Order: sequence, then structure tokens, then C-alpha cells
Amino acid sequence: MLEIKNIHAKIEDKGILKGINLEIKAGEIHAIMGPNGSGKSTLASVITGKEEYEVTDGKILFENEDLEEVSPEERAHKGIFMSFQYPIEIPGITTTNFIKTAINETRKARGENDMPAKDMLKMLREKCDLLDIDQKFLSRSINDGFSGGEKKRNEIFQMAMLEPKLAILDETDSGLDIDALKIVANGVNKLKSQDNAVLVITHYQRLLDYIVPDYVHVLFDGKIVKSGTKDLAHELEKKGYDWIKEEVNK
Amino acid sequence: MSKYTEDDLKKELETKEYEYGFYTDIESDTLPVGLNEDIIVAISKKKEEPEWMTEWRLDAFKKWKEMEEPEWANVEYEKPDLQKISYYSAPSNKPKYNSLDEVDPELLETFKKLGISVDEQKKLAGVAVDVVIDSVSVATSFKDTLSEKGIIFCSMNEAIKKHPELVKKYLGTVIPKTDNYYAALNSAVFSDGSFCYIPKGVKCPMELSTYFRINEAGTGQFERTLVVADKGSYVSYLEGCSAPSRDENQLHAAVVELIALDDAEIKYSTVQNWYPGDNEGKGGVFNFVTKRGICENNAKISWTQVETGSAVTWKYPSCVLKGKNSVGEFYSIAVTNNFQQADTGTKMIHIGENTKSTIISKGISAGKSQNSYRGLVRVGPRAKNSRNFSQCDSLLIGNECGAHTFPYIETKNKSAKIEHEATTSKIGEDQIFYCNQRGIDTEKAIALIVNGFSKEVLNKLPMEFAVEAQKLLEISLEGSVG
Repeated sequence: MLEIKNIHAKIEDKGILKGINLEIKAGEIHAIMGPNGSGKSTLASVITGKEEYEVTDGKILFENEDLEEVSPEERAHKGIFMSFQYPIEIPGITTTNFIKTAINETRKARGENDMPAKDMLKMLREKCDLLDIDQKFLSRSINDGFSGGEKKRNEIFQMAMLEPKLAILDETDSGLDIDALKIVANGVNKLKSQDNAVLVITHYQRLLDYIVPDYVHVLFDGKIVKSGTKDLAHELEKKGYDWIKEEVNK
Repeated sequence: MSKYTEDDLKKELETKEYEYGFYTDIESDTLPVGLNEDIIVAISKKKEEPEWMTEWRLDAFKKWKEMEEPEWANVEYEKPDLQKISYYSAPSNKPKYNSLDEVDPELLETFKKLGISVDEQKKLAGVAVDVVIDSVSVATSFKDTLSEKGIIFCSMNEAIKKHPELVKKYLGTVIPKTDNYYAALNSAVFSDGSFCYIPKGVKCPMELSTYFRINEAGTGQFERTLVVADKGSYVSYLEGCSAPSRDENQLHAAVVELIALDDAEIKYSTVQNWYPGDNEGKGGVFNFVTKRGICENNAKISWTQVETGSAVTWKYPSCVLKGKNSVGEFYSIAVTNNFQQADTGTKMIHIGENTKSTIISKGISAGKSQNSYRGLVRVGPRAKNSRNFSQCDSLLIGNECGAHTFPYIETKNKSAKIEHEATTSKIGEDQIFYCNQRGIDTEKAIALIVNGFSKEVLNKLPMEFAVEAQKLLEISLEGSVG
């Protein structure tokens, strides 16, 4: 589904990604771990097409299509979703209206008609239940005045509504208490199928107890320096990142 | 009495000459450019006005000559040469239509291009449209329904002839001829406009609406609107303006007077979309408008405006809250893009006891534009327990535009309560990217954010107008983010 080939990226002349290779197939869950500043969020931004980051080498293929010339919204239309580390507040736009617009813009791009209001309402109700969200929250301005946990839950709620092929969860666990973490993870697990994939970006392995990855990759200084199964995450939890650094610098 | 000088004699002789129709050229459908007493008399003649009206205009002209163009607004522009404007033009033939179907198809086409299809208008049952094209009314509908209720809704020209007692009684009472430079000019040369009278206790059963546009190059538009709501009556009036593209600067100096007698209510909504000039700041309409209403006891006037057009806007729809318990409201969205400049706001003059006013102003600036809110809240010594709430929000798009707020508060009564809130925000790249990541492109994202920002005001518009206004906001901000 997603193939990242030798990707190099920089922001304002500062090289951050220095040759990343990664392949994610449908039905898989991958986790990217790494210390602060290793390039985890940059990788997410590059996959979603954020403009500030300049890709200087390598390429990203999504369902065998090169994404180089594809705008962020078109990537979204193709089924790439990111749960933001810091969800943005947009005052004056209700969560319902925002999601409705997002869904219908995506449908439009695929040459489909707007989703009938009845279906939309049904879906909103279902997904609210799935993520244990009070429907009142749908009428609030998007992320405006939300607590950290509410924002993260709202991200997963949007993911549930948009039904992406590839979901990137960027530090979704930060700011969540253990109960909220379980709800969010439970939601992600229920949405998971053989046809979609998840890329979890996290600093701690805590989230991976609930969203169990098939593969874990360690990112260090812009490169994937180690890959393994979920056992690698446990090892990192125990030993910290220092041993990785040492290994790399050997 | 002062001495009778030779000058006075000369003046008198000049005045005499008018009476004999000494002035030629009145056959042509467009008067020659320039502004002098002859022109004013010619306008009045062309409109077959009674003498009192001609005198009224001439008096206004005399006063105007002694006035100076105001410069205090936060706008910069080259002053229009008022001697290079033709002050009257009429379509070559001006039949009156009973139904909109009879209107020239070319005209209907123009409306369609402007996104205001007349067909659609007709379907919107309950909307009477009085179309003012280049100063002369060419279409009026729903007249019969209105007249059954005793409501008068006609062109100003017709009102002057058919209802002189009403026009004489109210014209210029809210905005005196000498009120300001452009109001004086309008009083002297106004071409046409709309007149509306709602009798005592009558609730107008439909939204009254007028569409204006500037048609002929170099023709100034000087509309004059007068709405009188008699005791206990109600009317909602919609005014929508849009002008086709052209290079030349055009002056638009309209005057709108509202009179709400005891217990009456007037809702006046405007969507203004005059040509804003191109994206290099060339051309565009100068919109110097005076709008004011007066409220008697328990009366209410509510102004709602969506301003997206014009190169330079200078406009302050105001309320004089004369009667006790009267209410004034001002809801505004002003959008400026490219090189547009707007200096707009309101004046709430509290005179009576327990008067209440609300001001909600939303300014949106993009491109290299400048957007200013200027508002006055004045509480007079007798206005016991009066209240005002003002909220001014500015939204910036990009790094080259400006938003300014000039609130003035003057109070002479200690029991008054005045609140003012203001915010400034910017559409950030992060917000745009967030929307993009959800599949919403940048233009749509801006429209979404702007609509969210303007919602409080859009909600005050009548339904069909709100949809149009929303569309207009999107169109006006197209290409505002690179």
C-alpha cells in the first residue's frame, strides 16, 4: 500500500530525514518509535504532503502511485489520514460541519454525490458510540476549547468517519489518560481490517500494548536503524534509547 | 434684511431663466458631464418633478458647494472629479413591466452572470423585486399584493409625484441635506431610488427587495431610499448590489433613510458587491454611502450588511434611538481583498431612556487590503439606563493586509452600560493544512473558516439572502492565499 524509498527531506536547509525505507502492506500495523528530534513527525508530514518540508531525494508510492506531485488534499482523497499530534483549533466551525465537508469533498473528488444527510446522521451516531463520545460534542467548534484528551478522541472520531486506507497516528497517546487511551485504541482496533493499514508514531510503548503492531521500527537521526516485532518495543521501554544510539555510533 | 446687491439680482435672473426651460440637451438620455444648477434643474425636469422638489435639490446643491470632501476616513484614493460625471442616464426606452417575464432578456442574462437569477427570484415566493437599472425603475412586481395592505413600494420618482405629502414630510429628516458632503451631493442630484411606506399596524407580508447595478460607464449612481414604517408596523427590506466589471472608477453616493415610528420595526439587509477593481488595484467603485434610521418609542431598527465589493467603501449605517425603549442593531461583515479599502461601522445615538443597541462587526482582510471598523456609541444626558454591546472581530488572511478598529464612546449619562469586545485572528497555515489533510482544498478551507467567523452575522440575514451572501464571501476571497 505504502512504499517509502530512500526518502530524504529537509526543512529550511536542515536535513531531517536521511534515507528512509519502509513498506506497509494492507492489513498491517507498523509502529515508528524513536527519541525526540529523530524525525518521526517529519516523516508523517512528508507522507501527508505538508509543504514546508522539501523532499530532496527518494520517493513515496501510495498504491503504486508516486505522490510527489499530489497535493495534501488529494492524498487525503486517496485515503491517507493523519491523526495530528497537536490538533488545530478552528473556531466557528462545528465538528459536524467540518466532517461533513471533509466527507463530501472526498466523495466529490471520487466523482460521487454528497452523502445523504440521513446516512451521515446514522454514521455520526454509530461512530460516537464506538468512541464513547457524547453527541453534544458534535455541535462544538472543532477542537476549540477541547481538552487534550478530547482533541485526540476527536481525531480518531474523524478517522472513523473518513474510513481511510492508511491512518497515521502521530503521538496519539500523548495527553491521554489510561481510560481514554483504551477507548481510542479500542476504536482503532475495531476500524482495522485486512484492507487498511495503520502507522503508529509514538515515543512510548504504552500505546502499543493496546494497538499491537506487526512491525516496530526505530528511527534515529533521520534513519530507520532497527526493525523488529513488538518485542523490540518492550526492549526499548526497558533499556531506553541510549543503547540504540550506542549501537548506531559503533 | 441685507442689502439687495447686483449679485443677488443676477442670481434671481438666473433662477428665472430655469422656469422658461432655457436649458437644452434635456432630450438626450444622458445628461452632459458636469455639475451645476442647470444640470440639477435638468434632472428635476427629466423626472417631471414638482417645483418643491426642484427647490429642494437646488438648496442642497447650494449647501454642498460650501462643503468639503471629508478626509478623516482611513482610506486613500484619488478624489473623483465630480465635474467629469454625468448625473443622469436612463435606458433608451423605459417601459414599466407588470411581470419580470417581460424584462429584456439581455438584462436577465446579466443577472444570471451576477449569480442573481431573476427566475430564482420569482420562485422565491414572497419577494417583490423593484429593479433599478441606471437610475430608472424598469420592473416592479407583487405590487398588487402590497397595495391591498395599503403598502406603498415604488420608485422615489413615482413617490414624489403620487405621494408628495409623505415624501415632503420625511425626506431629509433623518439625514439632513447638510449632513455630510456626499449626502448633500446626493440630495442635489439623486436620480431615483425606492420609497416604501408601511401603514399603521401592518406587517409587510413579504421581504421587499431592490437590486441595483451600475450600467453605463461614467455614470454616477445616486440612489435615494426612504422607508417609513408607521406605528406598530413591520417591514424587512433587502438591498442587493452588484456591478459588472469595468476599469473606470465610479462613484456611488447613496442615501438611505429609515423612519420607525412608535412600536414599529424595520429590518434592512444589504449585500454589496460593487466592482472592487482588479487585482492590481485598478478601477472599482467608490462607495460613499450615508445610511441612518430613527427610532421613536419602542421602535427597532436592525441593519445587516455584507460588504464584499467596491474599491473604497465609506459607510456607517446608524440608528438614532430617540424614543424610549427603542432598539438599534448593526450586524456587519466587511470583506476586503487585493487593494480594496473599507472604512465602515455604525453610529448608535442613544437619546431616549432605556434604549438598547448591539453592534456585531466582522472584518475580513486579505491581499493588500485595508479594513477599518469605525463606530460611535453616544449616550445623551436623558438616555437613562441605556445599554450598548459592541463586538468587533477581525480576521486576517496573509501578511500584507491590515485590520483597524476605531471605536468611539461618548456618554453623558452615568446609568449607561457600554461594553466593547474586540478580537483579531489570522487564518494560519496550520489551520489550512489541517483542512487539506482532511481532503478540503485551500479555497474551500478559507470559505469554511470565513463562514464560521461570520456566522453570527450571516444568521441575521433572511434565508435566501444568507445563501447568496455565503457564495459571495467565497467568490470575494478566491485566490487570497497563494
